[in-house]
Formats: sequence, structure tokens, C-alpha cells
Amino acid sequence: MNGASRTKLNELPGKIAFGAVAAVMTVLGWAIEPIQRLIGVRRMAWVFLLPNLAIFGVFILFPMAMNFYYAFTGGTQLYPQNRPFVGTQNFEQIYTCTNYLEPSSCREDLFWRAVFNSGTFVAFHVVGLVFFALVTALVLNAKIRFRGFFRSVYFYPVLLSPVVVALVWKWILQRNGLLNGILDAFGREPILFLLNSEWAMFWVIVVTIWANMGFHTLILLAGLQSIPAELYEAAQIDGSGPVLSFRHITLPLLMPNVIVVLVLALIRAVQMFDLVYVLTGGGPGSATLLMVQYIYEVGFASQIQRFGLAASASVTLGVVLLIATLLQLRLSRGSESHLA
Amino acid sequence: MTRTARRFLAILLAVVTVAAGSALAQVELRMTWYDDGSESQVMRDLLDRFEAANPDVTVVMDVVPYSSGILQSLPLQLASGQGPDMARVTDLGGLSEFFIDLRPHVDDEAYWDVNFGPFLDWMRPAGSEAIPGFMTQLTVTGPYVNATLFEQAGIEVPGPDTTWPEWAQITRDVAEATGTPYAMAMDRTGHRLAGPAISMGAELFDEDGYPAIDDEGFRRMAELMVEWHADGTMIPDVWIGSAGSYVAGNEQFVNAQVVFYMSGSWQIGQFAQLIGDAFDWQAVSNPCGPAACTGMPGGAALVGIADTDHPEEVARVLDFLAQEEQLAEFYGRTLFIPGHLGLAESGVEFDAELQATRDALSTFAAEVPNLHPTAYQLQGYPFNRVVFDAIRDRLTQVFVGELSLDQAIERMQSDIDEQIAETQ
Repeated sequence: MNGASRTKLNELPGKIAFGAVAAVMTVLGWAIEPIQRLIGVRRMAWVFLLPNLAIFGVFILFPMAMNFYYAFTGGTQLYPQNRPFVGTQNFEQIYTCTNYLEPSSCREDLFWRAVFNSGTFVAFHVVGLVFFALVTALVLNAKIRFRGFFRSVYFYPVLLSPVVVALVWKWILQRNGLLNGILDAFGREPILFLLNSEWAMFWVIVVTIWANMGFHTLILLAGLQSIPAELYEAAQIDGSGPVLSFRHITLPLLMPNVIVVLVLALIRAVQMFDLVYVLTGGGPGSATLLMVQYIYEVGFASQIQRFGLAASASVTLGVVLLIATLLQLRLSRGSESHLA
Repeated sequence: MTRTARRFLAILLAVVTVAAGSALAQVELRMTWYDDGSESQVMRDLLDRFEAANPDVTVVMDVVPYSSGILQSLPLQLASGQGPDMARVTDLGGLSEFFIDLRPHVDDEAYWDVNFGPFLDWMRPAGSEAIPGFMTQLTVTGPYVNATLFEQAGIEVPGPDTTWPEWAQITRDVAEATGTPYAMAMDRTGHRLAGPAISMGAELFDEDGYPAIDDEGFRRMAELMVEWHADGTMIPDVWIGSAGSYVAGNEQFVNAQVVFYMSGSWQIGQFAQLIGDAFDWQAVSNPCGPAACTGMPGGAALVGIADTDHPEEVARVLDFLAQEEQLAEFYGRTLFIPGHLGLAESGVEFDAELQATRDALSTFAAEVPNLHPTAYQLQGYPFNRVVFDAIRDRLTQVFVGELSLDQAIERMQSDIDEQIAETQ
């Protein structure tokens, strides 16, 4: 085979691909051109957005609207047409308390226990996650040996299914688990980590931070790598130490990434379910019962499934997430204007 | 086109036509199943035999976990009309509205009425004459003990009239003498606690047949449970270590972590397999209280689902499986107490090599006459899981100090009232 033939052969896949794309575009053109003539160029954006809007509408907006409707219905029937309208009865059931700081005084005490547990969990989880992700990102950004290896190691838990993470930690923390084996080797009494309310919440926070830290570390690492090295060199010439450089260069320039991490961690923490459900089941008692698990149990796990009550708790959770999202937008804008 | 090519095309067309025809004639049924031991293998053998005799029907078994698959997902699938064609269920009354009536499809209705009559009432709505399926097992709750630990401690295994507090003291003594971590374990479910509570005098229903938790008998048993969890008699991993779901304590018993395990007859096959001759185990009579020495009856049924597209084929499968020959093999190999009156009378030849297995089966069979009427009433109550779950979850909150017993009993009743009110 001579050189010219070989060149022609090499070009063949490209030509086939080009021909295929051209054919598809021509067919699309036949469909789109009449529409463009009909509605005008300016409105064509809606045509291109339509497929995505349809998917968003069917899988996000419609279920949200249905959930909102279910929150005002009662009974045990699944389909909306069979469910009687009960007004705000479900919300009244959730919000009837003599003392909002004491869950036992509330009609739906488990909802309020879940709210308080979620509050505790979110506060410690988010602060801990952002702190450890930042420290890890700073270390992984420094010129250390085996940096690539460590970056992979810290990211690895993110690739695992939450169920796998929970089972692995369960084996570590249970009565005859690895941790108690180590305590035993040092002649110490075993600790029932998952059978004590305080220990259980502590380990739930630790395990969820461990499982999610890698992803947030990556976001912060990307932010750190985008800070120009010249700034640090100039600061060093001016006599600035590492602490001052971190405070006056790293932190302000990293703030947009920190805010993204903060809000993502917050939303994920409010929605937390799978990992905690497998690790503790919400126990002992209701010590690690979080809001999403409460919704799941009321709506799906009981013999009599109270979809209305579960939906009203979901609406409450949705409002919390909406506030968190608005907070993110506000903080992001504030941070951008500050940097500008 | 050459002659060979024409021949080839003709053969190909014939093969495709036959294949398409047989594919169209083939009905695939789905059966949702769960395992207590490994009974799905026995069921599969029986289904293979059915399929060999009925090549137009295939049955695919979906073996799911009991708690998440049968108790949680299946009711939703049934309510949305997306259920399987057949399912093995334990919530017989609660799900009865979704079950098929096989009566128009079976050849010999009398066979079903005679052999499954009393149990059919458990799985059909009140007043209905439907034949939804058959019992894959009858169960009786009751305790097992690790006899080797008793022997090592030099303590006799107590006899049938021993009370719950006496059992607790004796098993504590055994645990202490043998260095066993805990004396007792009980499956984490209100169903398992109901028998002991009735023995202590709990009535559980008011005169109108509505669930009523708060009485002296129930309090007595609840107080004992609280006391046993506080003083370390009862292993905490089962009740305290979980929330919101059923948990069995069989793992702790199999690993000799407890002396006494309150469970039921369905564990026999599993213990025979898992414990083998690692230690001597035996089933013992239900401990007594002032009112009775009762466990709880129960069982699982294989039922057809009303929404199936193939009621005729479902009826053929269930009718085949319900015949004496098949069920004798099923009960015999799975070591389940028969839910077929004819077989219960004539006896089943259990496939049990171990003497302990045969003795355990006899012990549980002997428990049936001792079952208290309240135990039957509770088992037949369509919303019994609401009662069981409320007892389980609220009592656990007492164990960990979230509620006092008074608060817990009040909450149990309000949980039951609010959930049942939703169905009105």
C-alpha cells in the first residue's frame, strides 16, 4: 500500500463521522427551519430548551407539585384521586407542641426529634467537613512526596456507595468490631459505640465527613491551584509568613470555593439518609433519626402508610433547602462583589 | 437467488416463526419470595417440576430481604398495581384486599376448603369466601436455649411451668457461671413480645375489639424488659442497636453470645444448618406469667395477586404447589410446621438428621394448644403490625432513656389511634 492510499484510509473514519453529522443536521434542519420561519429567530431559544424543560418538568416540577398536593390530603390510598382533602390537618399534626424545645411535648414527637437531630448533625457535619476538607486541600496543594497517591486516597471514599461505607464502618464500630479489638488488645473494656446515643451521633458525623470529604477537598484544591504563585512570592518578599499569607491571600481568593463547599455540604447534610440508615437505623432509640428517615418511615415503612403526613414533612424540608439555596446565592453574590 | 439460498431462507423463516410462536405462548410469572433459611431452593425445585409438566409457564422467583422487600416495598408495589403475580407474605390481613380469588380457577374447591379452611380466613377480608393462597408455614413463637451452657454451668434446664422472672434469674446464673456475655435475647418486634405480655396478663383489646395497650399485664412485661435491658440481662444489640425495623437475634444465639433466645419455630431449619453440632440447643416451652404460658401464632402464606394479567396460570401454579405431595415435600425439607390440615393430621416426614431438630419441632407443636385466645385475636387483627411496631419503637425509647414507661405507653396508644384513624 503506498502513502497516498494509506492517507486516504486514515481519513475514512473522519469522513464517515462528518457525513453522519451532516446528515443528522440536514434532517434536523428540515424540521427546524419551518418552525423558525413560523415563530421567528428570537423565540427559537425556547425550542432548544424544550427537551430539557420537559424532563425537568416531568421529573422535578411535577413530583414537587404532587408532593405539595399530597400534604393537604389524608387517608391511606396511593392515588391522588382517591385521597380526601384535609386542609392543613397534616401540618397541624406536625406543628402542635406545647414547648417547641421539648420534643416529648409535641404531638408528632419523632418529627421534632428528627429536626433537632438534623440540626445537630448539620451543624457539626458542615463545620467539620469544611474544616477537614480545607486542611486536606492545603496539605495536598503543598509540595509533598507521593502527592498524587494521597490525592487519590482522599478521593477514594467518594467513589464508594454509601451503603458500602456504612457497612464497613459498622464492622469497625460494632461490639466485636475492629476498634473494640484494638481496645481489647490494650486491655481496655469494649465501648458500645453504636448503642450509646452520644457515641452514635458522634460516629455518624465522623463517618459522613470521611465519606464526603474527598469531593469537597477536590473543589478547594482546584481553587487553591488557581491562585497565582506570584502573589505568594510578592508577599514573601514583603516579609509575610505562611499564616499572614493564608489569611490575606489564600482565604479571600478561596472564598467563592469555600462558599460552594459550604452550601453543597449543607444541602447534602439536610438530605442525609442512606448512610445513616444503614449505619444506625436512626437509633439507638431515635438518637440519630434524621428528617429524611422520618419521612421515609412515616410514608413507606409503616403498615399504614401516611403519605399526607410524610408529604407535609417533605414540604417543611423543602422550605429549609430553599432557604439554604437562597443563602448560597446571596453569599456567592456577596463574595463576587467583594472580590470585584 | 440460488436454490441453496432459497432453502436456507425458508428454514430460517420457519425457525423464526416457531420461535416467535413459542415466545408468544410462553407466560412468565413473577413470584416475590423471602427466606427464613434456604427454603427458596426447595420452592425452586417444586417450580422446576411444575415447569417441566407445564412448558407454557415459567416462574421467576425474586428472593428479597424480609424487612425491606416484604414489609416495606411489597405493600407499595401492590397499592400502585405494580406487584408480582404471586408473593410470600406474613401481613395476611393487612394486604388481603390485594389478593386474588382462586376459587373460579381451581378444579377442586373442596380440597382447598377442607385443608386450608381456618387459615383462609386470616388472608381474606371479613365475610369473603375467597381462596387467596395457602400457608407455606404455621409458626409459633417460643424460646430456644443453649443446653451446652446449662450443662457447663451445672444447672438444669427449667421445666414448662417456669415463669419469665425465674427464667431471667436462671439464665443470668448460667451466663455468669460460663462467662457468656448476656443471658437473654429477643427478636426486635412487638410480635415476639406480645406472647410474654399476654402471659403476664395483657389483654391488648378493649371490649369492642379495638387495641388498648395500657393495662397491668402489659406494664408488668414492659417493666421486665426495661429492667433486663438496664441490668444487662438482655443483649442490647438487638433492641437498642437498631431503630425502626425488625431485627432478629439469631446471630447472637448461633454465636453462643446468649443463653436464651426468644424467637419461633421458623428458626429450626436455620439452627440445624448453622449450629449443627457446635453446641447442644433445644426449644423450650413458653415461660409463664400469672395469666398464661403462651406464645403467638403466625405464619406465612403464598398468595396470588389480584392485579396479575395471568390469573389462570397463577391458579395453575398455586394449585400444583398446594397439593399434598408437593407440600409434604416442602414442609419436610424446610422443617416448617404444616399449614395443611390433612398433612398436620397424617404427619410430615421431616428431613431432620439431628435429634435436637426433631425435639424442637415436637416442642413447638406441643405449644399450639397452650396459645391464649388473645394471641389468636391479635394475630387475626388486620392492623396488628401497627400495634407491634408501636410497642417495639416506643419501648426502645424507654431503654435508651428518651421516654419514661408512662410516656411510652401513652405514645403507643396515640400512634395506634392516629394510624388506624387514617384508614377510616
